[in-house]
Amino acid sequence: MHKKLNNFLTSGKLFNRTEKRLTEFFTMLGGLTSFSVRFFKEVFLPPYEVEQIRKHMIELGMKTLPIVGVTGFIIGLVIAMQLSPVLKRFGAEAFLPGSVGISIVRELGPVICALIFAGRVSSGIGAELGSMRVTEQIDAMEVSGVNPFRYLVVTRIFATTFILPILTVYVIFISLIGAYIAVVLVQNMTWAYYIDRVIFAVEFGDAIPGVTKTFIFGFIVGLVGCYKGYTTENGTEGVGRASTSAVVVSSLLILIFDMFLVKLSLWIWPVVK
Amino acid sequence: MVEITDLHKSFGSNVVLDGVSMHVAEAENMVVFGRSGTGKSVLLKCMIRLMEPDSGNIKIEDKDVLKMDIKELNEIRKDIGFLFQGAALYDSMTVRENLEFPLIRNFDLDRKEIDTRVHFVLEAVSLLEAIDKMPSELSGGMRKRIGLARSIITKPKLMLYDEPTTGLDPITAKEISVLIIDLQHQLKMTSIVVTHDLLCAKIIADRAIVLDGGKIVKEGSINDLTTSNDPLLKNFFSDEIIETNGSVK
Repeated sequence: MHKKLNNFLTSGKLFNRTEKRLTEFFTMLGGLTSFSVRFFKEVFLPPYEVEQIRKHMIELGMKTLPIVGVTGFIIGLVIAMQLSPVLKRFGAEAFLPGSVGISIVRELGPVICALIFAGRVSSGIGAELGSMRVTEQIDAMEVSGVNPFRYLVVTRIFATTFILPILTVYVIFISLIGAYIAVVLVQNMTWAYYIDRVIFAVEFGDAIPGVTKTFIFGFIVGLVGCYKGYTTENGTEGVGRASTSAVVVSSLLILIFDMFLVKLSLWIWPVVK
Repeated sequence: MVEITDLHKSFGSNVVLDGVSMHVAEAENMVVFGRSGTGKSVLLKCMIRLMEPDSGNIKIEDKDVLKMDIKELNEIRKDIGFLFQGAALYDSMTVRENLEFPLIRNFDLDRKEIDTRVHFVLEAVSLLEAIDKMPSELSGGMRKRIGLARSIITKPKLMLYDEPTTGLDPITAKEISVLIIDLQHQLKMTSIVVTHDLLCAKIIADRAIVLDGGKIVKEGSINDLTTSNDPLLKNFFSDEIIETNGSVK
């Protein structure tokens, strides 16, 4: 075993594999960058595919609504259940609605919603455009004088960018309902008082960055899904790969961007004054 | 109508087209033969710039396709129909929407004219009853027919066919070939057909070329090619398999 590992390490295979992976990674990064540059170049040019954007927004929104709703409800419930005994330990039970509200509005609602959205939508877009690519439907569109990038890609990225914030607001609301149910189980609290405590605790500086960053997450989901699908190669096998890697890459990018956006939002709207 | 000069195209170290030159006259039906991987489809895709050739010249109606910007290219594409190997129907659209798509996007036609054209092409391919079906509800032959209907709905001057009979049973393949020649006579189009199907070629071709190793190795009428003593052509067109040493199996 040790000898085999030693042979593997000295044979150069490890180096070759790492080199291949790194090349693929940087190729994808370059591809995503040029894809987004092309998006911003084309999004402002007519003809504006308003009907397609509307169709995609409704389709993608409706497709994701149940799953993000259920997830949001459970997350709210679980967070409140987890926080309740901890706050009790410090004699701070009264802060439960506020702390649940802040964590849902600032972080959990937007990120959980974006990750579920990425899993559902990015893979769907990747598979849809990928199968259009391998069955030459994109070529057919190009041959008939239609710009497939504008018709297929720009409309989808636009739709994901603007539908995710709407879904996030919905998820935040559903999560707060879930959290209320957990709160009611341990404390005698009315809905009106609970909401009043949440609104009292959640400030403008919590809500705005939480929802605003989902525009960027939505853009990432659309961009990665479209890029992976649009550049699919190697037939049906490639379609499967495009779909899977769209989810992986978009989820990873969401988390990486979240890290920077949290830092940025704390700099613009500091929590402690 | 189409003039190709010294066309080269490679994928990495794999040379697919190695100096292809050909001429297709107006209203002529040219068939391109060749083994798999000899660059027949690449040749068609270069003509319409779905692929960019490495070098060479392509002129369609005396216009240099390779020097066109995207606007000019889209203009000339309106005069070119392309039937893809798998028909390439848009999965998310009905047959009617598939047919209307190029008309709505490229031409300023009223509803009545669009409906007239849709009905005309569907009658031409004998599939009027499929107008509201989704592509997934159609058989392979029906998809090819609808693909053909979509290609001719813009009344193109030049039709490019990428293996129009591949994957079809012999009867449907023959029907498609007859349909192509009928439509060609009706609409007076110039056609370039890439195929392996000898029967299809016999029905359609005024002239044929054979591609091998990225070059045109033979050109002539179908009769000239099928009766040739060239081992490559004998292998292609007869039941015999000729070995490299000349022995016959």
